[in-house]
Amino acid sequence: MSGFVRAASAEWVKIRSVRSTAVTLGLFAFVALGLGWVVANGFSAGGPAADALLPVFFGLLTAQLVLVTFAVAMVGAEFSTGTIRASLAAVPSRGRLFAAKMTAIGVTVAVAALVVELAVYGLVRLVIGGAAAPLSEWWTVEALLGGWIHLTLLSVFTACVAVMLRSTVVSLSVLLPVLFLSGQGLGNLEAVKPVVQYFPDQVGMVIMHMTRPGDPQFGRDYGPWEGIAILVLWTAAALVGGWLAMRRRDA
Amino acid sequence: MIEVRNLTKRYRGGTAVDDLSFTVEPGRVTGFLGPNGAGKSTTIRLVLGLDRPSGGFARVNGRPYASLDRPLTAVGALMDAGDLHPTRSVREHLRWLARSNGIGERRIGEVLEATGMAGVARKRAGALSLGMKQRLGVAAALLGDPGVLILDEPVNGLDPEGVVWIRHLVRGLAAEGRTVLVSSHLMSEMALTADHLVVIGRGRLLADTSTEEFIAAHAGADGAGASLEEAFMRLTGASVEFRSGGRR
Repeated sequence: MSGFVRAASAEWVKIRSVRSTAVTLGLFAFVALGLGWVVANGFSAGGPAADALLPVFFGLLTAQLVLVTFAVAMVGAEFSTGTIRASLAAVPSRGRLFAAKMTAIGVTVAVAALVVELAVYGLVRLVIGGAAAPLSEWWTVEALLGGWIHLTLLSVFTACVAVMLRSTVVSLSVLLPVLFLSGQGLGNLEAVKPVVQYFPDQVGMVIMHMTRPGDPQFGRDYGPWEGIAILVLWTAAALVGGWLAMRRRDA
Repeated sequence: MIEVRNLTKRYRGGTAVDDLSFTVEPGRVTGFLGPNGAGKSTTIRLVLGLDRPSGGFARVNGRPYASLDRPLTAVGALMDAGDLHPTRSVREHLRWLARSNGIGERRIGEVLEATGMAGVARKRAGALSLGMKQRLGVAAALLGDPGVLILDEPVNGLDPEGVVWIRHLVRGLAAEGRTVLVSSHLMSEMALTADHLVVIGRGRLLADTSTEEFIAAHAGADGAGASLEEAFMRLTGASVEFRSGGRR
C-alpha cells in the first residue's frame, strides 16, 4: 500500500470512529428531508416547470450548514484535541496528511450528499406527484448533479478554511454567517451583488435553478456550468491555502 | 539511536532550545531531565519533526524523522497523553494509528494486552483516567514495535503501581537493545530508571553523563546523603526561572 492510501485509510477510521460523524450526517439528512417535505407540501403547480426543484434544494441548501459543520469539525477536532501531533508523528509528510484528510472528508461528504439529495428528490416526488421535475429532462439531472457537486466542493472548501484557521469554533464563526446570510439573499442585493454573486456558496445557485442568468433581480452574470467552474476554482484555491498552512506552521 | 546536533528553537518570546547537542545510545535508558520549562518537550517535538528548528538538526537512526516512510515502526513516542479524541474508543484510536503505518490488526490486541488496556478497549478515550490515558499513550508508542522509544513524562498521573510498571517496561525495552529516551522532572524516579542522563536547563545542556557519575560529581561537599534529587537541584538551581522558595 502506498503511503497515501495508508494515510487516507487512517483518516477514514478517524471519521467513522467519532460520535459527531453520525450526529451531524444524521442531522443533515433530517433537516434536508424535513424541510423538503414541508416545502413540497406547500408547493402549488402552475409556475415554470423548473420551480418544482425548489422543494428539493430549499431543504438541501439549509441543511448544507450542518454538512459544512461536519467537514469543519473533522478538521477542527484534530487541533482542539491535540491529535494533530499524533497524526503528524504517524504521517510526517504534511502534504500527504493534508491530501489524505481532504480525500477522506471529501469522499464521505460526496456519498452523504448524493444519498440525501436523491432521497429528498424521491420524497418531493412522492409529495407533489406529477408536478415534480422529471428525471427524463436534462435540466433536472443537471440540477441534481450540480447540487451534488456544490454540496461536496463547498464542504471541502470549508474544511480547507478550518485547516487555515485551526479551530472549529473560529471557522464556523466566520463561515456560517457568510453562508447563512448569503443564503438569505445577500447575493441578490443590488449594492453587493456584483461581488457576492461570486462567493463559493453562491455560484452553484444557477445550476440548481435557485436563480437564473439574466433575471433582473435574482440574475447572475454566469451560466450553470460556469458557476460550477468558479466553485472548482474556489476549492482549488482553498486546497492550496490549506496545504501551505499545513506545511508552514509548527504543530 | 537519536542524534541531536546544535539544535536551536527560538520563539518570538525567547529561546526554548539553545544550541543543544547529545546522543541517545541504544541498549540503555537515557533520562532526559530538566525543570519544567527547560525545553524537554520542545526538544522532543523537534526530534519528531513537529516543530521546525531555528538551527541545527535532529536525526533518528541517521535520518531526519520526517524522511521515515513508516515512522511508527522505527520510533514510538508518547507526548501529551491527553491528545485523544474524547468520543473515539481506545481500540479505534490504536486502529487509525496502525492503519496510517500499515501495521496489522493483530498488533493492536498485543499492545492492549501488554499495557493492561484490553479490558477497556471499547471505552471512549474521554472516559479514561489520566493513568489509563498514559497507558494508552504507551500502547500507541509500542504499536509499531519500534527500535527507538521517546516517552515524555510517562509517569505523570500514574498510581504507584503504574510507576513501577513503567519502570520495568522501560528497563525491559532497553535490555532488548532498543534506544529509550525518557523525560521527567522527577529526579528520584530517574535515579531508579535511567542508566544515563541528559540534563538541560533553559534549553542548554547541563550534563550528559551516566547516572552514577552524575550523582558522584554533583554530590555535596560532605559527600554524605548525596541523592540525585540534591545533585539535580544543585546543578539546575541557577537555571530555574521561577522558584517557589525564594519569593515568599
